[in-house]
Amino acid sequence: MRKESELLPGDAVFRQVIPAGDYWIDTVKRGQTLRIVDVEGNQAADTLLFNAADVAERYSAVDTIRGQRNVYLSCGSELLSTSGNCMAQIAADTVGRHDTLGGACAAESNTVRYALDKRTMHACRDSYLLAVAQHDRLGLGKRDLSHNINFFMNVPVTTDGGLTFADGLSGPGQYVELRAAMDIIVLISNCPQLNNPCNAYNPTPLEVLIWDADVR
Amino acid sequence: MFYETVIEGGKHWSLTVRAGTQLRIIDRDGGANVGMLFYNPHNLLERYNAPDTLKCQHTFKLTKGHCLYSDMGRIFCSITEDTVGWHDTVCGNANWKLVASRWGEKSYQEHRNEWTQNGYDAFLVEGGKYGLGRRDLAANVNWFSKVSVADDGAMLFDLDNSRAGQFVDLRFEMSTLVLLHTCPHPLSSSLQYPRKPVGLQLSKAPPVADDDFCRHSRPENIRGFANTELYRLCGGGGE
Repeated sequence: MRKESELLPGDAVFRQVIPAGDYWIDTVKRGQTLRIVDVEGNQAADTLLFNAADVAERYSAVDTIRGQRNVYLSCGSELLSTSGNCMAQIAADTVGRHDTLGGACAAESNTVRYALDKRTMHACRDSYLLAVAQHDRLGLGKRDLSHNINFFMNVPVTTDGGLTFADGLSGPGQYVELRAAMDIIVLISNCPQLNNPCNAYNPTPLEVLIWDADVR
Repeated sequence: MFYETVIEGGKHWSLTVRAGTQLRIIDRDGGANVGMLFYNPHNLLERYNAPDTLKCQHTFKLTKGHCLYSDMGRIFCSITEDTVGWHDTVCGNANWKLVASRWGEKSYQEHRNEWTQNGYDAFLVEGGKYGLGRRDLAANVNWFSKVSVADDGAMLFDLDNSRAGQFVDLRFEMSTLVLLHTCPHPLSSSLQYPRKPVGLQLSKAPPVADDDFCRHSRPENIRGFANTELYRLCGGGGE
């Protein structure tokens, strides 16, 4: 379901561009709203969430899709944790469908998907590893880098059990908003993938904005 | 076959197997569910990755010809035979709350071996035996369970997916720690807590032929086998 936000960028308390191939990690407080903007269109925002008070509790793709009995994320979706708690709800979404089945690209999975000599190309899971290493005070490591959300990606499942990678439904300036239901650490890799037509082989910037709860 | 056992419904177990081992999993009564996770016993940070597995084979279901990938681009095991046709790997496990709300809680104190164990706790117990905890659980396989998806994304559990005697064969391509439980699928629409026994048979798999079906079922799998072969040639896995 598509729904536009009433929040004004001028009221945001935080605003930052994430270049392709880079990561962003920060805490979003309960009640705050995080907007992720697909600045130029069809760019994957590979996103993980952690409970800031107990990082072993984290976003769970399987609990989330099972909880809503639907494999696609959109406005109204509750993003559930490994303990079944709501971490955030999608409060606005101008795209209508986001993927959480496809996971994040890795140097190793690139060798399988594309060619063995792709093993040295930059990938989301390398960005994730750098992020947790540079923020080791958070106590996160490789074991915490699990099954993520791919905002702005369209990965339809067919009724006979196929997985397809369709052209994106997103476009320049489209966005999605998460309203935090607990204090969460958000880790986003702006996908550097150069081998997949999903971004027209052209990774582009994302932007994140945060609003305080009392703006609404 | 060098070993055979039965795991009753609602239980858990784990085992470590080396490359070249075949594991046949048999749904003895029909309607079984087997939750399964895979780790590299020599580097527990290398583990089954459902998204990588589905994405590289362009599939949502698992069946014959598919390979189960680690997050390091290697193949834990190949599905060399499958008389069922559809197995789930995106629904995770039932937890305590879900089991209690759907079928009612049967405590151990009162019901002993007939208590209503859940898959999430089962994995925590088995994983704990190897130093694995909450942070190490990942999207697991649910053998014998089918969840299909409608055009709008709605998920539908098929109560009649697997019949008595149906089985799936896994051929391990590298040393693997296998965690498993026989607790109900989290979307099971069974009216009662399904307590379904599962047969396990271990044998030595025939060597992987040059024209192996799983290796050649997709070009991606040729590369997955190459990655696994390189690991073995370099002594990875201690074999």
